[in-house]
Amino acid sequence: MSRGPHDGSPSPDAIEDALVAAGLRLEKTQKHPTITVAGEVLTLDLCGGIWLEAHRTLIVSDLHLEKGSAFAARSGQFLPPYDTRETLACLHEAIVRHDPARVVALGDSFHDARGPERMEPGDRAMVAALQEGRDWVWIAGNHDAAVQEGVGGRYAEALTLGNLVLRHEPGPAPSSGEIAGHLHPCGKVAARGRAVRRRCFVTDGQRLIMPALGAFAGGLNVRDKAFDAAFPKGFTAYLLGDGRVFAIGRAQLARD
Amino acid sequence: MAPTGAGKTLAGFLPSLVALSERGGGKAKKPALHTLYVSPLKALAVDIARNLDAPIEGMDLPVRVETRTGDTPSHKRARQVSRPPDILLTTPEQLSLLIAHREAADLFAGLRCVILDELHALVTSKRGDLLSLAMARLHTLSPGLVSIGLSATVREPDELRRYLVPQGRAEAAPLADLVVVAGGARADLRMLDLGRPLPISGHTAWHSMEAIYDLIKEHRTTLVFVNTRLQAEYTFQELWRLNEDTLPIAIHHGSLDAAQRRRVEAAMASGGLRAIVCTATLDLGIDWGDVDLVVNVGAPKGASRIMQRIGRANHRMDEPSKAYLVPGNRFEMLECQAALDAVEEAAQDTPDARVGALDVLAQHVLGMACADAFDASALYDEIVSASPYAGLTWERFEQVIDYVATGGYALRAYERFAKILRGPDGLWRVRDARTAQNYRMNVGTIVEAARVKVRLGRSLRGKPGTVLPKTGRVLGEIEDEFADTLTPGDTFLFAGETLRFEGLAEDEALVTRAPPGTDPAIPSYAGSKFPLSTFLAARVRAIIADPFEWDRLPTSIGDYLVQQRRRSVLPGERDLLVETFPRGKRHYLTAFPFEGRLAHQTLGMLLTRRLERAGLRPLGFAANDYGIAIWMTRDISERAAFDPDFIGELFGEDMLGDDLEAWLDESAMMKRTFRQCAVIAGLIERHHPGQKKTGRQVTISTDLIFDVLRKHEPDHLLLAAARQDAATGLLDVRRLGVMLERIQGRIIHRALDRVSPLSVSVMLEIGRERVYGEGADEILAEAEAELLQEALA
Repeated sequence: MSRGPHDGSPSPDAIEDALVAAGLRLEKTQKHPTITVAGEVLTLDLCGGIWLEAHRTLIVSDLHLEKGSAFAARSGQFLPPYDTRETLACLHEAIVRHDPARVVALGDSFHDARGPERMEPGDRAMVAALQEGRDWVWIAGNHDAAVQEGVGGRYAEALTLGNLVLRHEPGPAPSSGEIAGHLHPCGKVAARGRAVRRRCFVTDGQRLIMPALGAFAGGLNVRDKAFDAAFPKGFTAYLLGDGRVFAIGRAQLARD
Repeated sequence: MAPTGAGKTLAGFLPSLVALSERGGGKAKKPALHTLYVSPLKALAVDIARNLDAPIEGMDLPVRVETRTGDTPSHKRARQVSRPPDILLTTPEQLSLLIAHREAADLFAGLRCVILDELHALVTSKRGDLLSLAMARLHTLSPGLVSIGLSATVREPDELRRYLVPQGRAEAAPLADLVVVAGGARADLRMLDLGRPLPISGHTAWHSMEAIYDLIKEHRTTLVFVNTRLQAEYTFQELWRLNEDTLPIAIHHGSLDAAQRRRVEAAMASGGLRAIVCTATLDLGIDWGDVDLVVNVGAPKGASRIMQRIGRANHRMDEPSKAYLVPGNRFEMLECQAALDAVEEAAQDTPDARVGALDVLAQHVLGMACADAFDASALYDEIVSASPYAGLTWERFEQVIDYVATGGYALRAYERFAKILRGPDGLWRVRDARTAQNYRMNVGTIVEAARVKVRLGRSLRGKPGTVLPKTGRVLGEIEDEFADTLTPGDTFLFAGETLRFEGLAEDEALVTRAPPGTDPAIPSYAGSKFPLSTFLAARVRAIIADPFEWDRLPTSIGDYLVQQRRRSVLPGERDLLVETFPRGKRHYLTAFPFEGRLAHQTLGMLLTRRLERAGLRPLGFAANDYGIAIWMTRDISERAAFDPDFIGELFGEDMLGDDLEAWLDESAMMKRTFRQCAVIAGLIERHHPGQKKTGRQVTISTDLIFDVLRKHEPDHLLLAAARQDAATGLLDVRRLGVMLERIQGRIIHRALDRVSPLSVSVMLEIGRERVYGEGADEILAEAEAELLQEALA
C-alpha cells in the first residue's frame, strides 16, 4: 500500500476505496465522481458541469458570458475581454468528453441582456459550433431573462428530466429532485495555515446546486445562510480540485 | 542633504519667505500660488504649517499659508484653487489631484518654488514615481520653477539630484545643486541589555516592557518606535498595564482615525505627553524639540532607517540624540549590534533608485487627460524628463496610452467604451465627467490590505466551542489574508498571547485565550514588513562568523552561538549553512541566507518545487528574515549522503529559470502584486461613485482576472507591471539572484540527528504562504478523509 501524503492519514487510494464502500459512490480513480440525486445518476464533471448519462444530457450553469464587456460598458473597468472564450473552452472540453445529445444552460448564461450583442464574432461562431447537432436549451436566469433569441438553441423557464426539475433559482423545498444554479457555491477548506477556496456542487441527495462556470463569476461560500435555507438538513459539497472532484462535509468547510 | 535635526525644513522655506515679503504692492494683485511644499505625511504638513506660523506672525509678513490633505473639507479645497494661498503644504496624492484639475494651468502658472520634504523616504516607493510625474508636469506649467529637495543623508545623493530636475536627452544627466550639512552631534546609542537570555523567536519584546517603562519615567519625552501596528497596540497596552504613575502615554499609527491622530500630535506639540508608541507614521521629520529619548523596539532592519529614527530625539544639531535599541529575540540582538556598528561608522544603506512603475504611469496619463487635452508626443517628452521614467520607450508609452484608452487588449473589444479618445486635432481627451470623477476617487498608490478586528470572546463553560461574542475587547486587527487561513480551533500568537480562533462573525475574528502552555499551531504574522537590508544582513553574517565579535554582544547570545558551533557549525561570512535533520515523523531542511523574509519566501517556493521533483515530498515551509525551514516526508539527509552534489544542485542558480516563471504564474504573492497594480492602474476601482463600500466583498476577484489574462495575453501591460514589482517587491527576486551567485560552491551542509539552536529560530517562525506537494488537492483530500471518518463512525 502506498504511503499517504501526511503522517497518520490514509492514502488517497484507501480513502477512495472506503468512500466507495461507504456508499458515497465516489468511484475509484475517477476524476469525475458519480452520485445519486433523487434516484437519478449524475456524473459531476471536473469542469463544473453535470453529465446525465441516462438522458445523454450535459447541464452547465451560470456561464455569465460577456461579464467582462458588461463591466466595460457600465463602469469603464476594462477587464480582459477573454472571459467568454475561456468559459466556452471549458464547456467545449466537457462536450468533447461526453458528446451529449442535449446541453442545458441553467440560466444566467449571459451576464446581462445586451451580452449577445457584444459578443465577438469568433465567440459567436464557437457557440454555434457547440450547438451543432444537439438539442440546446437556454433556461432563463435572473441576469438574462430578457435574452430570448439570437444565439441559437431554444428557450425555457424550466425543464423536467426523469425525476429532476432543472431551473435557475432553487425553488421552495422540492417535492421531487431539483437541479439549480444561481447561488454560485464555493467551499473553503482551511488547514495548517493555508486556505483553499474552490467552486463546488452542493447537494443533500434531493436537491443539487451547481457551481458557476463563468470565468469571471464570483462565488458565495456554502456556509452562507442562503445554503442553510436551501438545505435545512445539511449537505455535502463536491469541490472542484485541480485534478479531481473532492467530497467535503459541511463540518470541514470554513466560512469566509 | 543634512542629518536629521539640522533644521533643513525651515531653511527650505527661507528663499520663499524672503521673496514673498519683498514683493511690492501685493494687495492689488490676484492671489497666486508661490510655493508648494510636499510631504509624505499629512501630519508633517500640518506640523510645518504650525512651525511657519511663528516666524510669519513674528515678523508680521504678508504671507498666507494653508495645508491641503485628504482631511481638508471640499469647500476649502475648492477655494484653494480659486483663491490660492501663497504657500500650500500638501501630500503627493493631493498634488496629483491638483495637476489633474481643469484649472491646473492657471493655478501653477505663477509657481516659483517646490519643496519636497523627506525626499529620501518618498523616492523609494510608487508614491515617489507618482510625485516625479507631477513634478515633470509642474516644470512644464511653470518653466524656471525652482525645486528644492530636503533629504536625510543617503548612500547615492546623485539619484536624488536627478529626481529634482528635468532630465534631458543629453549624455550627462542634469543634476540639482547639492548642499550638504555635515556632522551633527554623535548619537548616544545603546542596545538594551536585560542581562538575561532573550527568547529565540518572537518580536514583541515582552521581556523588555518594564525596562522601557523605567526609561520613560527617567526622561522628559520618549518616542517608542515599533515595526508594525500590531506591535504598537501591544506595546501600548503593556506600557499602560505597568503605568502605575499614570504617565500620559499615547499611541500613533496609520489605522487610527484622523481625529485621534490629530489629538495625539497636538498633545505632543504642547509638551503634554511623556511617551508616544508609534510606527513608521512618525518616522519622518515632525519637529518635537522636547523628545529626549528614542526607543526602537524590534529589529532595526536597516542602518539608514534606524539613524533617521534616532534623529527624532533632540532635534537639535548640537546635542547628541539618545536612543536605545530593544531586540525582541536573539537574532534581533545580532541585528541591533550590526546597526550599532553601522551608526558608529555613519554607513548608509538606503535603497537604489526606482524604475518608474507602469501602473502609476497609467494613472498619471488618465489624470493628464482629466486636466486638459494632451498631445501624446509632448506628454511623452514631459514624462521621460522625470528621472524614474527616463528610460521609458515610446513603444511602452504607446502601450500605456492604449491601456488607459481601452484596456490595451489585442482583442479590440472596448473601442466604443474608450476612457480617453483622440480627436481629429490629434489630441487625447477624457471621455466624460464621470470618467474624470472616477479618476479623482481612485488616485494614489497606496493599496491597503483589508483587515478584520480580533475580538476576545468568552468560552461558555461546559459548552466548548461556543463563544459569547461582543463581550470582550478588541485586541487589534489582522489582515484578511491571514484570517482566511484560520480554521476554528487553530491557535496562534497575537498581541503576545496564544489565542484560539473560534470563528468569524461579520467583520470580526472571534478568539478565546488558549489554555496556558499551548503552542501556537499557526504562526502569527507579527514580523516586520520591511525586510532586513542587504547591508545589515552582511554585517550580521560577519558577526556570526567571527567569535571575537561575540565579546561585544550580551553574553546570552554568545552562549547561543557557542551552542550552535558545538551542535552543528557556524557559517563563514560568505557561506550558506544548510542543515537537515529528522523531527517527529518528518524531515527538515533549514538554510540561513540572511536575505530578508521576502527573498526567503521566494526561495522557499522554488526549493519546494525542486524537492517535489526530487521525490522528497515537501509539505510546507516557513521563512523569516534570517532563514527558511522546509519540511518533508522523505529523508533528505539520506539522499544527501547518497548523492553528495544533491544539496549544491538544489541551490543552483538555474533555480531562477523556468521554475521561477512557472511559480510566478501561480503564486499567491504574484496575485497580490497583480492586484495592487490593477488597482493603481484603474483596472479595478477602489471606489465607484454611488457605490457603497462592501467591506470584504469585492465585485470581481483580481485572481480570476489574473488567471484569464496570463493565459490569453501574457504580455499585457499590467502583467509586465506586476513582474517588474516582483523583482524588488513582495518577491525580491533580484536579491535572491545575488544571493544564489554568492553561495555557489560555498554551501556548508550538516546532516544532524536533531534540530540545532540556529534552526530552532526559524522553525518557530512563520510562512504566510506555503506550498504542498500536490498543492490545493492535498488539503482537499485531507478534508475529504475527515468526511469519510465521520461516515464510517
